[in-house]
Amino acid sequence: MAIDRKTIERTAELANLHLTENEKIEYEKQLNDILNYVEKIREVDTSAVKATDYIEEIKNVFREDVILESINRDEIEKIAPEFRNGHITVPKIIE
Amino acid sequence: MLYSKSVIELSKMLEEKRISSVEIAESYISRIEKYNKEINAYITFNPEQLLKDAAESDQRRSSGKTKSSFDGIPVAVKDNISTAGIRTTCGSKILENFIPPYNAAVYQKLCDNGFLLLGKTNMDEFAMGSTNESSFFGPVKNPHDFSCVPGGSSGGSAAAVSAMMAPAALGSDTGGSIRQPASFCGVVGMKPTYGKVSRFGLVAYASSLDQIGPITSTVDDAAAMLEIISGKDGRDSTSMHSENDFSPAELDGNIKGMKLGVSEEYFRGADEETASIIRKTIDKLKNLGAEIVEISMKMNDYAIPVYYLIATAEASSNLGRYDGIKYGYHSPAAGKLSDLYKLTRNEGFGNEVKRRIMLGTFALSSGYYDAYYVKALKCRTLIVEDFKNAFKNVDAIISPVSPVPAFKAGEKINDPLQMYLLDILTISANLAAIPGISVPAGKTGSGLPVGIQIMGNHFEEKKILNIAKAVEAVSEKISVDF
Amino acid sequence: MKFDVVIGLEVHAQVNTKTKIFCGCSTEFGADANTQTCPVCLGLPGVLPVLNEKVLEKSVLAGLAMNCDINRYSKFDRKNYFYPDLPKAYQISQFDKPICIGGYIRVGNGENEKKIRLNRIHMEEDAGKSIHSDDPAVAKSFVDFNRTGVPLMEIVSEPDMSSASEVYEYLTNLKQTLKYINVSDCNMEEGSLRCDVNISLKPEGSEKLGDKVEIKNMNSFKAVKAAIEYEISRQTEMLEDGEKIVQETRLWNPDKNRTYSMRSKEEAHDYRYFPDPDLPPVICSEEYISNLRNSLPELPEAKKNRFTAEYGLSDYDAGVLTSVRQLAGYFEEVIKLGINPKKCSNWITSELLGKIEDAEKIDSFSVRPASLAKLLKLIDDDTISGKIAKTVFAEMIETSQEADDIVEKKGLRQVTDTAEIEKIIDDIIAANPQPAEDFKNGNDKAIGFLVGQAMKLSQGKANPQIVNRIITDKLR
Repeated sequence: MAIDRKTIERTAELANLHLTENEKIEYEKQLNDILNYVEKIREVDTSAVKATDYIEEIKNVFREDVILESINRDEIEKIAPEFRNGHITVPKIIE
Repeated sequence: MLYSKSVIELSKMLEEKRISSVEIAESYISRIEKYNKEINAYITFNPEQLLKDAAESDQRRSSGKTKSSFDGIPVAVKDNISTAGIRTTCGSKILENFIPPYNAAVYQKLCDNGFLLLGKTNMDEFAMGSTNESSFFGPVKNPHDFSCVPGGSSGGSAAAVSAMMAPAALGSDTGGSIRQPASFCGVVGMKPTYGKVSRFGLVAYASSLDQIGPITSTVDDAAAMLEIISGKDGRDSTSMHSENDFSPAELDGNIKGMKLGVSEEYFRGADEETASIIRKTIDKLKNLGAEIVEISMKMNDYAIPVYYLIATAEASSNLGRYDGIKYGYHSPAAGKLSDLYKLTRNEGFGNEVKRRIMLGTFALSSGYYDAYYVKALKCRTLIVEDFKNAFKNVDAIISPVSPVPAFKAGEKINDPLQMYLLDILTISANLAAIPGISVPAGKTGSGLPVGIQIMGNHFEEKKILNIAKAVEAVSEKISVDF
Repeated sequence: MKFDVVIGLEVHAQVNTKTKIFCGCSTEFGADANTQTCPVCLGLPGVLPVLNEKVLEKSVLAGLAMNCDINRYSKFDRKNYFYPDLPKAYQISQFDKPICIGGYIRVGNGENEKKIRLNRIHMEEDAGKSIHSDDPAVAKSFVDFNRTGVPLMEIVSEPDMSSASEVYEYLTNLKQTLKYINVSDCNMEEGSLRCDVNISLKPEGSEKLGDKVEIKNMNSFKAVKAAIEYEISRQTEMLEDGEKIVQETRLWNPDKNRTYSMRSKEEAHDYRYFPDPDLPPVICSEEYISNLRNSLPELPEAKKNRFTAEYGLSDYDAGVLTSVRQLAGYFEEVIKLGINPKKCSNWITSELLGKIEDAEKIDSFSVRPASLAKLLKLIDDDTISGKIAKTVFAEMIETSQEADDIVEKKGLRQVTDTAEIEKIIDDIIAANPQPAEDFKNGNDKAIGFLVGQAMKLSQGKANPQIVNRIITDKLR
């Protein structure tokens, strides 16, 4: 299955990547090469096989409903690119 | 020279008060200052802090309050493992100056045992790569041949141990990222069973495949380090409790009567020298009393497509959080919000990362999800079965680690698919969640190390460590000539 | 043209656990921005989720209370999209294997009773909150991550509702049930209950469903009702004019009392759901489920029916008393002490409920069941009149004293001594000859005035029945 330019652009949109023109061209080729190779999996008969959602036999891993200390707001301010009045700040979200 | 000692040797010398932690630190500091500029194994290295920590360790030792027998030994930590207050970059521009406020579980364990942080090691960006050429902080060189790649993605960790710039290092392995660079650099590298070591604090690449493991100069060291870092962790829902029955004292390298599985499929595509070294090593193991059993791994041919669909799908989701909003790099050019996302991510991520995000996003997207992602999950079930069946008849599976030894830098970087195909021998262990270890088996004519891989069933680390010890005993010791 | 209205609801209820769904941060409402976060709910590099066992428990309880099937195998999936208040760029939710499936909520009464079917209930994490600055010079939004990771139960109904009032009742019953079993505060104003409406119209009797419109941003049950009523008339008008309904999301504007179209998005979201590899599946054993089932309290409907049967209360009164579990509990505690259920019910509905803002506050009401029982007993044994009792009650609330203490201290005992009352009546008759004469001559109504005067003279303490009897005896 080939990826066309339109699919590249839609995928980049979904992934929130702003690809340059050159990147679109390069990735279209490379991803097509890779996908062509990946098509190999069609050879495998998986009609009677269940998908492995979970690799291990574990289940029901829980924690107790006990309050643990939250981190100090200062820590968030230290790493946030923009922080005002106790809030992470971003360009205005327009709905 | 202290820098040539193993972790266990250093521990003994410290216990016997023959050396101090400060002396050890000084030894590595001078080694790093001499060679790191060339090799570029470290992204973050703080000698002043290290000396301070070493002095504190010596204090503890003199007042009889050591945290463990390893108190005062410095180790290197791959830069995708969270270290509170210390830059953790994942080899990426997008986290270039990111200082996390919390410790990864494994790093906390190291600290609790008195290990010191030697430095944070270089790596392929976000652990995606096999050559350490995709790092924002520049490529790493193979200490055995500076014109060659050290392997990846834990290239920095492997190169550091190989060049004696660290007695041991932690790496991470998603598709071979510990084993392959260990093989390329002539050191020991081990990926534990999935779930044996907590992933809490390991910056995720592919959640169902990632594991942290040790890179060391000896098998005993690998066992010792693994003992320290393993354990079920309440903060990692995928971690499991397992026995630690492989401390160095419990390993005897006795493989008499063990059944070792070998598949011809593993030699397809291997270059002559590699194949020859591996086969010779297998013969040596036979001479030690092991039985070589021919096995066939039917799904071997499909491992790469399955891996690259699952890993990239998970990665595309795991890397969504890098958006310039909460932490990390944010594009100065961004005006509106949509720009902030797109420009930050496009400028902050390197090519290989973007490529994999694109591939993974595609595989999960509407209309393609069943054909690609679900199909890959089903094939994974068959791969798991392949190994389950194999281990009914053998104790371990032996193979080369890589079809080729370390190649020249720049050789494969422009052909991603060719690069991916080189992972063929290591990725199945991640898909099947089984442990695997790479041990140096020999050198090529041009002096490049070749490692042999030993894979075992879930939680059978002891078996494969014993086989690794046997290999170590019959193989030439590999070290750099500086 | 007549239209059938087809409505389905998606309700998000915050689960009232102490901590978030995947980390140990507190869920307490009202904290300063970004003071209830940790590396996990902030989505820092390297963090992992671990499921809060109480979230599972409460979700199963909700499913059991609403007649759902509990999925023995349930798992979490990632819903991927980008938004500043979603730190990981994915929400951990449940896609194809939710914890509960099916179920129903009853609306209507008797013959009109109808089951509104549920499609599913699933667990998921909440996102943070953003505030947008109105100042164009600032052009920023501010994000608070306290709410990220708060556990939510998403309750999805089938499109079985057909009117605004039906939806209102559905929401009321849903809230009542969730509060009965103590899994959510269900407070729309505080945001612990959110509701999205999906509504479409089709020609009466037609099989084919119309184009669906989603409505968001309603902050109360009343707003939901108003929004639906608005939409029905908007869509009806459009369809009658031959216009096509645009399938879109609209926001309710409470100030303007209408819905507005959200700036339309070019294409639907592709959330790329896939199983979350960081969380193992949840397997509910038969034992686990039956233990939880056994721990369910008596549910509203059963309690109401029992109240009408056991206590002989009217359907309406039983409904009021059982509207809130704690109120029903209060009521039963009072009658346990020997008070007549009907009298107790009357007192609660006519006197008590007016004194508290809403029935939910009954547990913090200063007059406890035992004290109310004492008061009601005083009425019952004629120690005080019903009228006096009201003043005593007010005093009890204000001073926290017991009823008998107040009666003693203020000398409010009803006068029942006939001799004393006779004397009062003699005085009244003497002072009011005309009404006395009127009554004597057959004007029944005139007694009211005389009784009133007697009560006044006795400061309300004379037993009205005795007053009445003696006047009648004397004059007729």
